[in-house]
Amino acid sequence: MAEGIKDKVAIVGMGCTKFGELWDKSAEDLIVEAVTEALQDAGIEKKEIQAAWLGTCFDEVNVGKSALPLSLSLKLPFIPVTRVENFCATGSEALRAACYAVAAGACDIALAVGVEKLKDIGYGGLPEFVNAMGPRNRFLQPNITAPGAFAMMATRYFEKYKIKPEEGKKVLARISVKSHKNGALNPKAHLRREITIEEAVNAPIIAWPLGLYDCCGVSDGAAAAIVVKADIAKSIRPDPVYIKALQIAVSSGEEVLCNNCWDGAHVESTYRAAIKAYKEAGIKNPREEIGVMETHDCFSITELTEYEDLLISERGQAAKDVMDGFFDLDGKIPNQPDGGLKCFGHPIGASGLRMMYEIYKQLQGKCGPRQVKNPKLGLTHNMGGMPHANVVSVFIVGRDKG
Amino acid sequence: MAGIVSYGGYIPWYRINRGILYSAMGWLNPASFLPGEKSVANYDEDSITMAVAAGMDCISEMDRNKIDGVFFSTTSSPYRERQEAGIIATSLDLRNDIRTADFSNSLKSATTAIISACEAIKAGEMKNILVCSADTRTGKAGGYQEEMYGDGAAALLIGDENVIATIDGYYSVSYDFVDHWRSEMDKFDRTWEDRWIRDEGYEKFIIESITGLAKKYNLTPSDISKVVYPCMYVRAHSTIGKKLGLSPNQIQPHMFEMIGNTGTPYPIMILISALEEAKPKDKIVMASFGNGSDALLFTVTEEIEKIRGKRKGIKKYLTSKRDLSSYEKYLNFRQMIPIEAGFRGETIAPTSVSTMWRHRKEILALVGSKCKKCNTPQYPPQKICANPECGAIGEMEEYRFSDKKGVVFSYTEDILAFSPNPPAIYGIVDFEGGGRGIFDFTDCERGEVKVNMTVEMSFRRKFLDEFRGISGYFWKATPRIIK
Repeated sequence: MAEGIKDKVAIVGMGCTKFGELWDKSAEDLIVEAVTEALQDAGIEKKEIQAAWLGTCFDEVNVGKSALPLSLSLKLPFIPVTRVENFCATGSEALRAACYAVAAGACDIALAVGVEKLKDIGYGGLPEFVNAMGPRNRFLQPNITAPGAFAMMATRYFEKYKIKPEEGKKVLARISVKSHKNGALNPKAHLRREITIEEAVNAPIIAWPLGLYDCCGVSDGAAAAIVVKADIAKSIRPDPVYIKALQIAVSSGEEVLCNNCWDGAHVESTYRAAIKAYKEAGIKNPREEIGVMETHDCFSITELTEYEDLLISERGQAAKDVMDGFFDLDGKIPNQPDGGLKCFGHPIGASGLRMMYEIYKQLQGKCGPRQVKNPKLGLTHNMGGMPHANVVSVFIVGRDKG
Repeated sequence: MAGIVSYGGYIPWYRINRGILYSAMGWLNPASFLPGEKSVANYDEDSITMAVAAGMDCISEMDRNKIDGVFFSTTSSPYRERQEAGIIATSLDLRNDIRTADFSNSLKSATTAIISACEAIKAGEMKNILVCSADTRTGKAGGYQEEMYGDGAAALLIGDENVIATIDGYYSVSYDFVDHWRSEMDKFDRTWEDRWIRDEGYEKFIIESITGLAKKYNLTPSDISKVVYPCMYVRAHSTIGKKLGLSPNQIQPHMFEMIGNTGTPYPIMILISALEEAKPKDKIVMASFGNGSDALLFTVTEEIEKIRGKRKGIKKYLTSKRDLSSYEKYLNFRQMIPIEAGFRGETIAPTSVSTMWRHRKEILALVGSKCKKCNTPQYPPQKICANPECGAIGEMEEYRFSDKKGVVFSYTEDILAFSPNPPAIYGIVDFEGGGRGIFDFTDCERGEVKVNMTVEMSFRRKFLDEFRGISGYFWKATPRIIK
């Protein structure tokens, strides 16, 4: 029986750039900025890093392939550096690799960096997937966009729970209104303007039933984490954050291959990863025990279904919790206190680490006007791919070592 | 005796009223106005896709392994070299040990293909040959061809068992009559003067071939139930009937005001509409027009009753239609105006021909797999069963989805994705009998797709890579179901 990762690894330093349309910054600039902040935060020097991982997704429009862009940008001294990629869950994948290396005893101090430079492609939204899905799928798959893929889940959710589209759109709008409110408080966020439910509901449709404000920002940015063996963490800083659980679940394909394997109204990988993560962390009742979250809100509908898949809300009840303000900054479990993907922005490779950056700062009590009251356990949920075929990572972290 | 075993028709969903063409371009040629409407292939259709649609109709509920050959005729080949009959045969999931051939370069090539199929059957070498024909011809903006040309397809299965109409004989005339032509480099036809075409070609050749047929088989006008021939000029069409000594009710309606002149398949489409109403023992004469004329004589048999109502044919398609109210959209469908697709729309991945070959059955014929252990149909085909309760390895058999209906499990109307006819509508389809897949939807517009709606699969051009001169074909779901 595997021991799991609980309390074996701690985060001792993190950095994150401002996200946004950073026309005057290259990916290399962003890497240096995020890692410099992380090193200063940890109070260690670059030469102490023993291994590093770079997460980038769209290599064609970003820094290119391989780990060289990280090593060359930072002038890392011939240490092992690897590039990882797992769709929008890439940043968490880089962090997982660094945590595993430390947990395995292969090194004591490791660096995880995620970066994405999306705004050099010349058009809005994510880069066209057609080049990224392989020659076989080119013949078979519709020209799916990210909003289209998640819109299909919204259609299905409304159908399954008999929600009229106009009512459903109000619930989705409420999710975005909350994130915009939080994002407005965050100087590093891409989108810092509050919106109303009416604005969101009446915004132009991107992929029915999702409108403009159901979609997250498309941004440039980078984030970095320095992880160490848990038993040396306190020697580096007084308030490290400990990894309590780290789980990844990847689709088996049954969702879209079998008629009755998937209801189309949830993400099975999220549910599977959550169950394992809570077990690993020793959490019995997540609705009571989780203090703060950053979940993958690429689209409002994604966030809605996550509440159920993460076992916070009962099936079909997430809409009620949303409307009740359960996930607001002053609610029971604040979600996206930093604005989330919706407003902080979504530079693909950086997002998983950006989520952890916020939870890390929240557990350390350093979030100023958006500080959640005394959270002990935080959760990040990072998803890549589409509702029917995806990669999900769930991290649970805490301020106390068990 | 050799004859027609089955028929299938196809008329695209969109129709454009000629008044729309005239109001857009009539200023250029004020005398060009024609009445009625014409059929318009959707942006994702071409002669190959429409031939597959007619072929699917023709061989529905039949044992496809009994088909020994596919002949395809068109004058609007998407390819100068890549045999289209071969694409059609693969898409219809036919055997590999069959004979395929394209008949082209003349509007009479469809009737010639039928005669060739008939002779091959008579020679005893083959038992059943599927003859498909389709055209999507484009006329220059503001010209007579633009008003005249419609899009459509027809298919006949020629064989010698259970024939619904025997092929009793044929008579052909061939002339290098250059009424219109298209060089290797031309996208559009060039034509000579209409009055010359009408008086020296159209009327004369059809009369010559039908008269020749009548003489060869000792027919008098009163022996014939229906005569079928294409319409190029409405008045001249009836003049031909009068000169042949036929009464108006012996002339099968030409549908020119409904679909236009559909080119190569046109006489076959009119023939099918005649067969849809025919009674056993009826004699039907069909003649084509194009660099001469072929005339064929058919006698309807008792077998016609077994097929009646079981094909989509032509008549049902006539009433299943959507008005295309925008001339500019029409021009865009035919790629006649440069549109701003944006960098997103211009992003075209390379087409891997070796990948297409390896996966030809799943791509062109929509063949997936079915687990022999748990009977779960799956698309695309799998090596390991996706049913989590099963997971059998190497227990798959081929399973074809193209002829299965489905219901919409979920869908979206995507404004961000580039489509020549936005929004891009796609969704997840659950197939009757099992299996699920994500497909584009076609022949539907915004607000028309709903969850749980029944759809069927339609063979379409998925992408056109103009830079590399190759198109990808695949199946889309459509709520347009002809019952």
